[in-house]
Amino acid sequence: MINKKCLLSSLLILFINNSIADTNIISPAEENYCQWEVTDYAIDKPLCGYNGNAERGKAIASDGSKGNCLACHQLPIDGIEAYGTIGPPLSGIGSRQTEGFIRLRVVDTRNINPMSIMPGFYRDPKLINRPGKPYIGRTFLTAQQVEDVIAYLVTLK
Amino acid sequence: MMSNYKLHITILLAILTTDICAEPVSGYEYIKPETQVMQDDDFANPGLLSVDRGEELFNKKYEKGKACADCHGAEGDKFNIKRLARYPMYKNRTEEIITLQKRIKNCQSTITDKPLQTDHPDLIALETFVRNRAHGEKVNVKTDGPVAELLKEGEKLFTTRYGLIDMSCQHCHGFYPGQMIRGQKISQGQANGFPAYRLATGEMANLHLRIQQCMTLLRAEPFETDSKEINLLGLYLMSRSNGLAIETPAVRY
Repeated sequence: MINKKCLLSSLLILFINNSIADTNIISPAEENYCQWEVTDYAIDKPLCGYNGNAERGKAIASDGSKGNCLACHQLPIDGIEAYGTIGPPLSGIGSRQTEGFIRLRVVDTRNINPMSIMPGFYRDPKLINRPGKPYIGRTFLTAQQVEDVIAYLVTLK
Repeated sequence: MMSNYKLHITILLAILTTDICAEPVSGYEYIKPETQVMQDDDFANPGLLSVDRGEELFNKKYEKGKACADCHGAEGDKFNIKRLARYPMYKNRTEEIITLQKRIKNCQSTITDKPLQTDHPDLIALETFVRNRAHGEKVNVKTDGPVAELLKEGEKLFTTRYGLIDMSCQHCHGFYPGQMIRGQKISQGQANGFPAYRLATGEMANLHLRIQQCMTLLRAEPFETDSKEINLLGLYLMSRSNGLAIETPAVRY
């Protein structure tokens, strides 16, 4: 049966962009949370002013206990057994989107789509509901790790 | 602006690519074929060890000289199967949700001074054995009367985000059944197979344990055992499975 509520939800889903994390849990070291600013659906300034490293970013993206991007997205990385199909493939993302837009997507995608399943990898810890004890006050990835992942994603042309 | 034509195609695609509006589908349809074979095989299904253990406990004489089997039959053959499929139930007099396990525990406390702790493996074995008596019967949780309000509260818990991963149950089990998380297909999160044997842990889990395990995965603080929240969410989840055949013990990832 299809009703109005379902139809609306179905539409929302189309615009959901996503990612999910794995069972293996390693919390990033505690650090001071750096505030970031959204302008025109983008975060143009690197988090905490850090420089990203694409090679490290690639490792973080495929590590199930860190970024775990592969849980939901396909990435052009060799030797991967299984990809998730929840989010769009990220091949060529660097030519489709700007760095600032990608940063916002990774940091807190709900600024673009409030219904998104994708976790905010640098969402304000104060906004997290019922965090597990080891994760209170923490972000999913550290600011440096986020910058590394972005440095990697922009290379995907 | 999107043209009307394009918008219609978009809506059509949205409907085709999601099954959030679909009828309930058992988790059985989302597991791998080899896992289905394992579940269906009475020798290969590890959950049946729990059924056997449950039967043993069911026939055990407690210190007051009575066993569950004294009232319910050695194989639980005196149970009303239709009634077993109604759990969790709502008890008007005490205004509480009675899960099947809670019912067993209450019953147990009449024949022993040392009833088992909630979710103790032996209590889960008993729950598995008793629920297995209703194998094939359709889940039939009451949804009207005072339960209707409770289900609304349960649904709210289902759609609330939890933990560092910051997702709700609905995000995966409402919006994305059939999609893959790495190598696993996302199910609708139906409850008809529980208690189930979990390949990921190598242990039996009843619905409440499974909820807690899911929340831990979300890097959230799980709802406490016996809490109001876990009872409400468990009730809501089982009501979503109304009409699905009971598969206990199912084999699930």
